[in-house]
Amino acid sequence: MALAKPDATDISNKQKIALAIGIIGLFILTLALFNTNFPNKGLFLTLALGLITLGTIIYSRDAYLTKLEGIKNDGVWFKSVSSRGIWGWIVGVILTTFYIVLYFYPKYLGLGTNGAENTGLISLFDPLSNLLSGRPASQWFVYGTLYTVAILAFGYKFILKYRHNRYQQLRTGSVMFFQLGFAFLIPEFMYVMNNDLPYYDLKSMWPLNYYIFDEWSVKGFLSNGNIGLALIVFGILSIFVISPILTYKYGKRWYCSWVCGCGGLAETAGDAFRQLSSKKMSAWKLERWLIHTVLVFSVVMTTAMIYTYLGYSKNDFWLTRGLFIALVIGFLSIVFAGVMFFKRQELGKDAKYGAIGFFIVIAVLLIMHFTGTTNHVFYIKGSTLRAAYGLYIGSIFSGVIGTGFYPILGNRSWCRFGCPMASILGFQQRLFSKFRITTNGGQCISCGNCSNSCEMGIDVRHYAQKGENIVRSSCVGCGICSAVCPRGVLKLENDSMEGRINPTEILLGNDVDLMDLVNKK
Amino acid sequence: MEHIVIIGNGISGVTAARHIRKLSDKKITVVSAETDYFFSRTALMYVYMGHMKFEHTQPYENWFWKKNRIELKKGYVKQVETESKTLHFAAGDTLKYDKLIIATGSKPNKFGWPGQDLEGVMGMYHKQDLESLEKYAPNNSICKRAVIVGGGLIGIELAEMLNSRNIPVTFLVREDSFWNGVLPEGESAMINRHIKNHHIDLRLGMNLKEIKADENGKVKSIIIQETGEEIDCDVVGLTAGVSPNIDFIKDSNIETGRGVKVNRYLETNSPDVYAIGDCAEQHEGINGRRPIEAVWYTGRMMGETLAQTICGNRIQYNPGHWFNSAKFLDIEYQTYGWVFSKPRENERHFHWKHEDDTKCITVCYDKNTNAFLGINTFGIRMRHETFDRWLTEKRDVDYVMNHLPEANFDPEFYSYFEAEILSVYNKQLQIV
Repeated sequence: MALAKPDATDISNKQKIALAIGIIGLFILTLALFNTNFPNKGLFLTLALGLITLGTIIYSRDAYLTKLEGIKNDGVWFKSVSSRGIWGWIVGVILTTFYIVLYFYPKYLGLGTNGAENTGLISLFDPLSNLLSGRPASQWFVYGTLYTVAILAFGYKFILKYRHNRYQQLRTGSVMFFQLGFAFLIPEFMYVMNNDLPYYDLKSMWPLNYYIFDEWSVKGFLSNGNIGLALIVFGILSIFVISPILTYKYGKRWYCSWVCGCGGLAETAGDAFRQLSSKKMSAWKLERWLIHTVLVFSVVMTTAMIYTYLGYSKNDFWLTRGLFIALVIGFLSIVFAGVMFFKRQELGKDAKYGAIGFFIVIAVLLIMHFTGTTNHVFYIKGSTLRAAYGLYIGSIFSGVIGTGFYPILGNRSWCRFGCPMASILGFQQRLFSKFRITTNGGQCISCGNCSNSCEMGIDVRHYAQKGENIVRSSCVGCGICSAVCPRGVLKLENDSMEGRINPTEILLGNDVDLMDLVNKK
Repeated sequence: MEHIVIIGNGISGVTAARHIRKLSDKKITVVSAETDYFFSRTALMYVYMGHMKFEHTQPYENWFWKKNRIELKKGYVKQVETESKTLHFAAGDTLKYDKLIIATGSKPNKFGWPGQDLEGVMGMYHKQDLESLEKYAPNNSICKRAVIVGGGLIGIELAEMLNSRNIPVTFLVREDSFWNGVLPEGESAMINRHIKNHHIDLRLGMNLKEIKADENGKVKSIIIQETGEEIDCDVVGLTAGVSPNIDFIKDSNIETGRGVKVNRYLETNSPDVYAIGDCAEQHEGINGRRPIEAVWYTGRMMGETLAQTICGNRIQYNPGHWFNSAKFLDIEYQTYGWVFSKPRENERHFHWKHEDDTKCITVCYDKNTNAFLGINTFGIRMRHETFDRWLTEKRDVDYVMNHLPEANFDPEFYSYFEAEILSVYNKQLQIV
């Protein structure tokens, strides 16, 4: 391509002031990180978070409210930060470093160990943590607070950016609400009410919430009477009952772009990076292998983990190892048989891969059952498997790569390549859902705005230019493709299952005979 | 093996190539002087605006062509010799074909204005135009003002492009209201106001007299015909329509008019030579359409049709009900069926405009039979399939107005205006 990258349009003076305000806020946090001992921590924390939020608000208002309503993507591929330029890489490195320190070296953030008081950045958050739950902050509290501030501030920005689009506004309001309420405040209040309960973000389901069935977690719930029992029952119902129903009615978007915290951050703070996801066929192939491998890993890991803490004999607990394995295999077999019976046609040649995957999982579970000992499965410690999952998937994939690499891989690389929850919901969405993105007849002009703005790397244009509806497992229903389409071609809809998937070769607008001729296979 | 050569790698040529490949094993070569790979011309504007990079305008990845055994040749055809079935390239080489498809698209119109070939004067059609614009109008310090001549779809897109880089724009429109040869009065007037709201200096009823050069042969200013006013500028965009890009065959024995003359089978007068897309001219317009249709989807449909003919299933090009769409800055426009700027003798228009001045519709119907003839919609998305069906079923206007919600295609949670539209419609009926 001969065109050199043009200069990004200069930002206004007001935007420069807003940036300065935000940077001062960040600077206070940085000072704290380097162990500046602020006299009045509550004041400086308020100042830091307040300035960051204020800066974002002023910036957004000047960027969007000074212009007419409409699509505001001018220059996204010119700006260094949103086009993998030098600023993009700098932000990427800072975020990645932050995640590595957060997950693996929290003491550098100032976490007090062995009863010692917090110092540094974490101590700055002590007043807020004390206020909410009466305990000092942890690295997770700091992370949760910053995460929530990011979703709220950038959510506001996003709402202004799409102020002509009610779908975008409601969806963003929803992720802001769920983050602030369900992920941040409610768990703190639950702790105040009953401090034996494990941390539980009610909206976070297994397998995204991979620790909910950990021994300590289950014990924690079960030792807390009815409320604990209710919570764990809710956890099981969420994934096996509530989520399939909602996904059937609305597609996986009800979760991924309306409720989920990972999705919430991606849609708000990550919005500027959505165009960076790869639309190549090779990326799609990688995605399909990777995300299903993670799903298999998480199913096997969870089963193995629960298995290790279950007893052998009936006297111990009604759910014995043998019964548990039988239930898991039985459940997987019912799902598999059901899909093969009802949806064989739609799967096409993917059915083969599905079958291979299914039998591998069953085989692995059986091997586990017959080789397992008290605390060994596959001749390795059950807890090792869980630890490996937590490290490689829970921390490195979802955090370090998933968010740290926003400015490089786009804002949804975790959701697209790694999230086992997205993979389950996607499977339901592809086969058992009323949701689709409808293509409006023959209006598509193949411009590519839709594909460009798809954070999940779906080549939306590939379908739209053939007049074909978009029914893809990975689609999180963010609706941006529909928003940016200059010809009004795409609409997210829940409608009947019939004719939802409509592969076509010739579009509406043609001679009817020709359409019949070419579309018949 | 039969060798099909297609001149032009736009939507028409590439669609023909893809469908010929689906239907046959013939050797296919696509020739282009413009780019290595097919790209979406309609998306060039978004590259300049920074919404996309040029590679994102390419609907197929680069490996696609080899995998589907579609050969690509970059070169400018300067002569077609139909007797020996040979193409002569500007570089001196030649290429033999068994069947030739001419799909060379359009080129911007120039009406002999003094200074129309100066540096800094450009159309907005080819990729080279985009490169030229990037050179002469990278920002508002190098390009202090741009003047656009011609108030059509490309003109307003060019205005939007320049606006995205804060380059002041003067927009000369020959008509006394924007695109009013096509749009009914109310719609055209609404778009006039929308253009001005974007701080574009819209000059209605103004023509270009001449373009003046500085000492380096670059644009310095333009003179307006009507007022004699001189406007300093660094770029002049000529967007007064397009015409078929067929100069290279004028010397051959292929019959041309404004475009390459074709019959309903898209065959030219010369055996084994076909023409599709913007450059093809029907002897007579089909179903009220123009003989030359420079529209994205008609190019695609001609490609699909011709692929059948070339692969042994000779069929006529037979487009269905007219439809189209565009976007005027922030306002989307769609049309289904026929709505002319002025109702014809037997026609009547119903017009509704929202108070926010960004949404309106015009419905055209037969005042004698009440038959629904077409709709223009601004700021409200409507369903192609529904209107196509209603037109085929020959619904009357009352039916359409009462069932308008079925055709709504706006995103979920948007406000609906159909009830208001219907009540205005019913009131007007009472008055009439």
